Amino acid sequence: MSDLLEPAGPGANAHEFTVSELSGKIRRLIEGEFGHVRVRAEVGRVVLARSGHLYFDLKDDRAVLSAVSWKGQAARLAIRPEEGMEVIATGRMTAFAGQSKYQLVVEALELAGEGALMALLERRRKALAAEGLFAPERKKKLPWLPEVIGVVTSPSGAVIRDILHRLRDRFPRRVLIWPVAVQGKACAPEVARAIRGFNALAPGGAIPRPDLIIVARGGGSVEDLWGFNEEEVVRAAAESAVPLISAVGHETDTTLIDLAADMRAPTPTAAAELAVPVRTELLARVEEQGARLSRAMSREIGQRRQRLGDLSRALPRPATLLEGAAQRLDRAAERLGAALRATAQRKRLRLGELSAVLRSRAMHRRLAEARARLEERAARLQPALLSRDMARRGRELERQEARLSAAARLGLEQRRQKMEALARMLQGLGYTETLRRGYAVVRGDGRIVTGVEAARSARELEIEFADGRLPAGRAGGGGTGGAPSRRKGERGAGPDEGAQGRLF
Amino acid sequence: MSDRKISEMSFEEAMAELEAVVERLERGDVPLEESISLYERGAALKKRCEAKLKEAEEKVAAITLDAEGNPAGTREVTGF
Repeated sequence: MSDLLEPAGPGANAHEFTVSELSGKIRRLIEGEFGHVRVRAEVGRVVLARSGHLYFDLKDDRAVLSAVSWKGQAARLAIRPEEGMEVIATGRMTAFAGQSKYQLVVEALELAGEGALMALLERRRKALAAEGLFAPERKKKLPWLPEVIGVVTSPSGAVIRDILHRLRDRFPRRVLIWPVAVQGKACAPEVARAIRGFNALAPGGAIPRPDLIIVARGGGSVEDLWGFNEEEVVRAAAESAVPLISAVGHETDTTLIDLAADMRAPTPTAAAELAVPVRTELLARVEEQGARLSRAMSREIGQRRQRLGDLSRALPRPATLLEGAAQRLDRAAERLGAALRATAQRKRLRLGELSAVLRSRAMHRRLAEARARLEERAARLQPALLSRDMARRGRELERQEARLSAAARLGLEQRRQKMEALARMLQGLGYTETLRRGYAVVRGDGRIVTGVEAARSARELEIEFADGRLPAGRAGGGGTGGAPSRRKGERGAGPDEGAQGRLF
Repeated sequence: MSDRKISEMSFEEAMAELEAVVERLERGDVPLEESISLYERGAALKKRCEAKLKEAEEKVAAITLDAEGNPAGTREVTGF
């Protein structure tokens, strides 16, 4: 209050603000002046807060401007800011009184200039390619004749008309149109949703699942087509289980969905041509196959008829077939007996050989058995026992032998002595000694004659003297039986009788 | 030879088998009995192909979406 009473200095009559007043005024000023601005800048640091708000710096070589995109807006931005990106940001300026700061609240963000856009596209392409989203092995074969075709495009305009016309010309099909925005912020999410939505339909359901999807859009600037470069669209196309043809822009425009699609068509019309074959051509093909079928069949039958005719002409008479066989039978019958005999002979021979082998084998076996038995018994023999016994008996034998020879010698000597004594006695007692003394021995017919009667009956008489024998003829022829005996007696009977008497 | 019912075949399947049948028959190394049944099958396949081609019919519908953007039904589209 006292301030008001102060003497007025230079400018002392100027209004004095509170900080809040001034800050509020500045804020109104900024927001009024810059309620809608477009700023071309390079994106600096980017921070996505947990709250979902997106904070980033916009800068050039000399200044930095803070920018924010609130949660709801951030999701709707055509592009997501990345550091180094050249952008044009559209929004309104606002001041933040609490910190004496001002910032741009971004409502739209677009890439500045073609070069920058292309650089971004290239970066994204490389990243997605590195993930394998464009790999050739991911590509699915298009159905040869789809029953239902799903078209993702704007429901009005030339594109859908071109597709339907060309389909009608070639092969009228059932077509399901999934309407989408084909440019602008809504484009990418709607296209992605449409692709996934078609895939989620049940085959043959109330809304049948298509056999083929065409994603189509007419020509436009790079910015117009930008939705088809967005990652969510590219991923949806790559993940689609239903084969997908992309036909976005003109032939010279290549978007990332073209790389992820199973087939890229240069135009929507071309997409329809890739989608279905030409019905009339197919009809012609079916007709042609039918004609070939009939031709082949009649040729089959014709050829067989021809061959049947040829063969039946070539058939020989039945008799000629039999002749050869009959002849062979005869020849075989002739040879049969001889062959049988020869065979029997051969077998008999063989039997002989075999039985010889068999016998000798049996012998060998028995021999071996006997040998084995012999060896076994020989092993059981104990020669030591035997030789001990033999030695004992040998000694006994020697003893007995010695005894025998001693006894023999003794006996022999005794006998010899006895014999000598007897011989001497015999010498003394023998009639021959008597003969020397004048006696004689008369023999008749070889026998000693001791009487007349015997002498008379003997046919021949012999007288033995000491020095020899003298024949004396027949005693009976003399007639005087007494005389010879006397004579004998005279000559020899005395000593003879005496010798004999001594002898007996 | 496929034992599949011809009436369940798609045009492509029927056409492929028809072509195979024609080719076999044209080679002429099939026994007569078999060639007759081949011919009969070929004729049936041809009939199936023609039927599939004749039933070709244009029907265009647009998907209608509910508030969440999910398909709710279809709407006939005419006038193209």
